[in-house]
Amino acid sequence: MDLLLKKTKELEMQIDEYLDMIVKGALTFRTSIRHYLNGQLDRFSDDRHNIDEIESKGDSLRRAIETKLYLETLIPEFRGDVLGLLESADKVLNMMADTLAQFDVEMPKILEELKPLYIELTDASTFAVEAMVTAIRSYFTELNKVRDNINKAMYYEKETDKISEKIKRTVFQTSIDLCFKIHMRYFAYHIELIADEAEDVCDRLSIATIKRHL
Amino acid sequence: MIWFFLTSGLFLGWSLGANHGVNIFGTAVVSKMVRFKTAAIIAGIFVTLGAVISGEGASKTLNELGAVNTLAGSFTVALAVAITVTMMTKLKLPVSVSQAVVGGIIGWNIFTGSPTDTTSLTKILSTWVVGPVLSAGFALIIFIIIAAILRKIKLHILRLDALTRIGFLIIGAFASYSLGANNIANVMGMFVNSAPFSDIHIFQIFIFSSTKQLFLVGGIAIAIGIFTYSYKVMLTVGNELYKITPITGLIVVLSEAIVLFLFSSEQLEYWLISHKLPSIPLVPLSSTQLTIGAVIGVGLAKGGRGINYKILGKIVTGWAFAPITAALICFVTLFFVQNVFEQKVVNQIKYKISSEVLTTLSQHNIPIEPLLKLKDKDFTGSALFRQTLKKEHKWKENQIYLIFSFSELDSFFVDSTIAKNNLSNGKILHKRLEALKCLHGRAFSYKWQFENALETSSDAWKPKSGNDANIYNKRLKKEKSLVYDLFRKKSQHSDE
Repeated sequence: MDLLLKKTKELEMQIDEYLDMIVKGALTFRTSIRHYLNGQLDRFSDDRHNIDEIESKGDSLRRAIETKLYLETLIPEFRGDVLGLLESADKVLNMMADTLAQFDVEMPKILEELKPLYIELTDASTFAVEAMVTAIRSYFTELNKVRDNINKAMYYEKETDKISEKIKRTVFQTSIDLCFKIHMRYFAYHIELIADEAEDVCDRLSIATIKRHL
Repeated sequence: MIWFFLTSGLFLGWSLGANHGVNIFGTAVVSKMVRFKTAAIIAGIFVTLGAVISGEGASKTLNELGAVNTLAGSFTVALAVAITVTMMTKLKLPVSVSQAVVGGIIGWNIFTGSPTDTTSLTKILSTWVVGPVLSAGFALIIFIIIAAILRKIKLHILRLDALTRIGFLIIGAFASYSLGANNIANVMGMFVNSAPFSDIHIFQIFIFSSTKQLFLVGGIAIAIGIFTYSYKVMLTVGNELYKITPITGLIVVLSEAIVLFLFSSEQLEYWLISHKLPSIPLVPLSSTQLTIGAVIGVGLAKGGRGINYKILGKIVTGWAFAPITAALICFVTLFFVQNVFEQKVVNQIKYKISSEVLTTLSQHNIPIEPLLKLKDKDFTGSALFRQTLKKEHKWKENQIYLIFSFSELDSFFVDSTIAKNNLSNGKILHKRLEALKCLHGRAFSYKWQFENALETSSDAWKPKSGNDANIYNKRLKKEKSLVYDLFRKKSQHSDE
């Protein structure tokens, strides 16, 4: 039996590894924003480098998983759903890497009083991503847990909306130049978008879960 | 010529394989869980094995319904059934080979005037309802169990997928075996009495009986049907009816296979009887209807959502349409084969109502006054005998069946040397053999007379009564028919 399931186990491990990468990406994103806001730019640069590496590794792992699923005609009924989930989860990882790249290139100036809000926003966004990953894992093994985790992700996404709005209101009430205001708003918006993307993945996941019920 | 007559049976086998492969591997192949080639190889092998190893049970029931006793007759019945199946499939009407076969045999009975055993007919008709209901029940229970297990053991989707594939292969093999065992009677059942083979003895240990040889040929025909045409059927029919998740598909196939197996396994029948459980009649069933029953069962387990109740209506239409059409076509075809192609579609059986027959009939509560006029007259052919009987009195079909059974002329001559040479190696109980030897030199004109003589010769030949007597009586029945075959003078029994 073990011999028969050997290939399956390998692929299971690859999928787990891929999901681990998204979690790692989220953790890196969280710390790197903190480093940026604290002015530890060297460490921020390391983080950026790390997340790029994670992203490219994730891409090749995802491709390997997709090829295997197709070549060995595994889970034919749910293959489309699984591939869709993995690809959209990949977008979340890409978005985190892109946002860090934007920070690195544009070096936005964040007002000191807004920094805690940005940290809060980053936390909520990455928590949404983590909850999304747990929901995907449950889809593979424990269907009845999917809903709980999706709800968690949704909660954090709503939190990001609130925090982001708070940031925008505070920014636009200050007397700094409009260009700075727009710049800060833009970065808050991009961090918020990560949670939005995680929410999209969860929407997809809830439909796929209905299909997976016997 | 013999092989020519078998062709209609082989054609029927081919069409059964082509149409029913989908019930076993439809979901697996359509959902790409199993490659068609793999599915076809497994189905082909196990269908043939099932037919050869366990096919005899269900075919006995069909033979009780009507014993088609010439090759041309069997050919015509099988042809009529094949025509019915093909025609109804073309008209997109639901059709079951099992039900068409019953119609075909009744058509032969009507044409030749042979009596229809109403007990067997009722037994068969009841299974057409019981089969799908049982299948639905099994599917419901298995679904609930599997759903509970899956909730508990938290299998990864990929591992579940791998196990489902393995399940499809194992359960598919079981379902193929059961299909072969249960449905070979449809294809070859009517050829059993006129089988063109003789028993092959292998090292004096293993006997490959003529029936088994016949079933092997039929099994291969079904396998060829699966190989050559079932993929097409899977692609067209499979997408409509079988678009269910693989695990549900697996549950459906398993339920169908269990029911097919229950209705075809003689060993299981023995086991049930020996454990004082109610036994199940061995009757060929329609695997399509079992599948539909199982799909409905799963639907009920899910709370009754998404059940297409129109399908239920279709099953009932099939029940009525298929046998009636087959009986009609069979009747017309027999007429042509007999009168245009001048083939003998029935061995004319001789009947004579002797005074002993009258006594026995009166013991069975048959009014004998109308029969007195016919006493000691010879009748050749069931049709003539039936006509004459009907002129005298308005008989019920079960009364006619009894009169036919007791008046059928046979001829037996008991020879103790033949008994010693052929039955001494444990084929029948020692006590019975000794009692049989005592009947040396006696001749009998009726089978029931011979049976009575056996039963008077020793208690060992008498059937037992009571709950635990079933197995004993089954063995007794087997030994009796062995004895009849051994001492029957063939030339006098039929006009062949």
